Amino acid sequence: MFRFIAARLLQTIPVLFVVATLTFFMVRLVPGGPFDAERNVPPEIKRELEAYYGLDKPVFQQYLDYLGRLVRGDLGPSYKFANRSVNEMIASTFPVSLQLGGMALGLALLLGITAGVIAALRPNSALDYTASGISMMGICLPTFVLGPLFILVFALNLRWVNASGWFDSADRILPAATLGIAYAAYIARLTRGGMLEILSQDFIRTARAKGASEARIIFRHSLRGGLLPVVSYLGPAAAGILTGSFVIETIFQIPGLGRHFVTSAFNRDFTMVTGIVIFYAVLIVFFNLLVDIVQIWLNPKLKY
Amino acid sequence: MPDVAEIDAAEPGASLWRDAWLRLRKNRLAVFGGVALIIITLFCLVGPWLSRYTYEEQDFAQYAKPPSALHWFGTDKLGRDQMTRIMHGGRISLGVGICATLVSLTIGVLYGALAGFLGGKTDAAMMRIVDILYALPFTVFVILLMVVFGRNIVLLFVAIGAVEWLTMARIVRGQVQSLRKQEFIEAALSLGLSQRRIILRHMIPNVLGPVAVYTTLTIPAVMLLEAFLSFLGLGVQPPMSSWGTMIKDGAELMEEFPWLLMIPAAFFSLTLFSLNFLGDGLRDALDVRTSKD
Amino acid sequence: MCGLQKIDAMPLLQVKNLRTYFHTRNGVVRAVDGVSFEIEKGQTLGIVGESGSGKSVTCYSMLGLIPQPPGRIESGEAIFDGVDLLKAGPPQLRKIRGKRIAMIFQDPMTSLNPYMRIEDQLIEPLLIHERTDRRRAVELGVQALKDVGIQDAAQRIRSYPHEFSGGMRQRVMIAMALITKPDLLIADEPTTALDVTVQAQIIELVKRMQAERGMAVIWISHDLGVVAGLCQRVNVMYAGRVVESGPTDGIFRTPQHPYNRALQKSIPALQPKGVELYTIAGMPPDLSKPVAGCAFAPRCEFVQDICRTPVELKAGASGQSTACVRVQNGDLKL
Repeated sequence: MFRFIAARLLQTIPVLFVVATLTFFMVRLVPGGPFDAERNVPPEIKRELEAYYGLDKPVFQQYLDYLGRLVRGDLGPSYKFANRSVNEMIASTFPVSLQLGGMALGLALLLGITAGVIAALRPNSALDYTASGISMMGICLPTFVLGPLFILVFALNLRWVNASGWFDSADRILPAATLGIAYAAYIARLTRGGMLEILSQDFIRTARAKGASEARIIFRHSLRGGLLPVVSYLGPAAAGILTGSFVIETIFQIPGLGRHFVTSAFNRDFTMVTGIVIFYAVLIVFFNLLVDIVQIWLNPKLKY
Repeated sequence: MPDVAEIDAAEPGASLWRDAWLRLRKNRLAVFGGVALIIITLFCLVGPWLSRYTYEEQDFAQYAKPPSALHWFGTDKLGRDQMTRIMHGGRISLGVGICATLVSLTIGVLYGALAGFLGGKTDAAMMRIVDILYALPFTVFVILLMVVFGRNIVLLFVAIGAVEWLTMARIVRGQVQSLRKQEFIEAALSLGLSQRRIILRHMIPNVLGPVAVYTTLTIPAVMLLEAFLSFLGLGVQPPMSSWGTMIKDGAELMEEFPWLLMIPAAFFSLTLFSLNFLGDGLRDALDVRTSKD
Repeated sequence: MCGLQKIDAMPLLQVKNLRTYFHTRNGVVRAVDGVSFEIEKGQTLGIVGESGSGKSVTCYSMLGLIPQPPGRIESGEAIFDGVDLLKAGPPQLRKIRGKRIAMIFQDPMTSLNPYMRIEDQLIEPLLIHERTDRRRAVELGVQALKDVGIQDAAQRIRSYPHEFSGGMRQRVMIAMALITKPDLLIADEPTTALDVTVQAQIIELVKRMQAERGMAVIWISHDLGVVAGLCQRVNVMYAGRVVESGPTDGIFRTPQHPYNRALQKSIPALQPKGVELYTIAGMPPDLSKPVAGCAFAPRCEFVQDICRTPVELKAGASGQSTACVRVQNGDLKL
């Protein structure tokens, strides 16, 4: 197990290296420097700025410098916020996004697994069709449609919660629900399929023959195998929730990393964009590692 | 050579597709999806010619009016007829969806077929790359691409297509791999059929089903990504507008003029709905299963 | 007093006129169509017949293991120790299943849960039925594994099923079935999926366990040789009905029903060398089509018009019952 984790950690190094290199050179390919857009900058100040950020050096030297700092975990200074580093910006905005994403994922798992198990217990019943129908709607109503609709209904018409902001805990409900619902729907479908597959196996008949109750059959005999498809979906789901947070944070005006990323992209704050992309890659890679470990833990045939 | 003819007859040819068609017709949701899709497509393609209004024409007497006899879907803030704009937006959304899907189809099929044919270590390495790419937050790269290279519509569907090919590559590779091992291919080889003939008569018809299914399912994924980018202001740029940009504009004004959000959102969701139902139906009808290897 | 005596005289399990039909899209499949039999305490009963003859469905019906729908128990009763299993509610049935009636299945590869340790599966009946505390249950589990001949039981109990061979898994299944000391063990073709040498070991194991514990066994098999060596009584089933029933010796030496005769003739080991092996002409019947008389009639070489009339299982000489009109009328002799 330890060898497996160590091997996977080693594998992430080239992946992150490629990501860093790709983003770095992609950003450098842009015609014009980051300060060209600002009209009122005198040439001498512009030169000073470029020296400050090391932009006067050859590109390859800049690349080596960047990698050198990256190894130490330093993502460099922001081009637009002169006094702040990318690290600081991430540190101040990411907790908000993490909270949003965590709540969305938790909600998705809770709703999705419950609905999926219920549907699988009574396949082809009215309950099953209802659950499947709702989950299909969840898949086809994208967050940027659902978000505004939720605001319209729950904030503007019913006035249950605020339409935007991130101050008290009630402000968390709508964004987390909007972000989580599509994934809840997909997880429900995966759970239903996984559980139906497991429930049709011979060993479930064995459990029944032993006199196990329905609850015992579900929780002790089926869930572990039935949730395997859900677990392997968690990696893509996390990546999706992460990018989904761009839209959610924009719609609900939440001061998280996602909205900050989109603004930085518009402002052509290249160090910021590069830094956030690398940060996201690290995040996703580690989350996938975590998912793999859970999978091995759940499926004894995969034991290392 | 009569034997060769017999082997050819045994291939999953016309009868497989006819069975699939019969099964598809029995699936009510899939039929609904197919019919809705045809209606929406016709509406968007033919509609603008029949419409009394043009795409940019402003009706100064009718600013931001709800649906009426004059303007069935209402007008926007500038007094433009929303129905005509929905038609044009649909052309862009469906167009981007189809073009980007074609890009992803090309990359995915070539990559998957190559890995499947070569096999061995090359195949393992190629599929490992796909695994790694799967794990990366690709939408972020598309955003980066759009920011760096400007918001150009051709780049948009190339970028989207370049992201969405992974599943297709896996499917095709899996099919080719399993077909290579199948007995009827070996039988065909031992009967002296040429490689070209095997590929044309056996491989392609067998790969076609899964590819058709996943193409149908890729279009909504691609349309979703386009609308997502457009919603963030990184996709289709004015004066062009897709359903995604219309939803974005509508969301900003939804408090006063809810129809500007509701109608494009309804069209967009209905299209995704139909494509997904049709894709699912096709998958069941052709009995295609997802597999990782 | 009279009542008490009557209970003592009652068999352990008495099945009467059991009918289990499957209501499928292609019609009603009469998988079990009026089966009656009984089994005494400590007795071994064999049920033989080709696949699809209703052997397994009979036993699954009694334990409520038939998926409903599409399955439905149309009629009959199965009295086990005074309780009609077919009318018992799910909670009552759960108390009997795994505690007083245990089952082992055909394929040990798929009958154990791959996601659970042997330990947890093995001791589960104790936890469910006897509320044994876990430590004691594990001790009993290790002992049960030793009893079925598994080496290093204390270590191996922590393994997962995929770490065991097929024969070992079937031993685990047997240990699991017997851990609550049931009165009746139903073995559904437990050796079919195993190698011949392993088969013999498993049969010996069941024989030994039965001798030690004095439980009754219903042994379902299409392998006549196994049944002959193990059982005291045998039911021969065809198309969801028992066509012949009696002591093992009679069933094998003096088969009466034409189907049983054909069956005996088609066993290679019982035939003189050099004689071409006998095969039964025709196909097994389509159970979704109702049959007026004997279901075997279309394939029977002794068929007459009278065979199209309804027929019941009737006792003949030497305690052997046969469901053949011509045998019952005495116009068909060996």
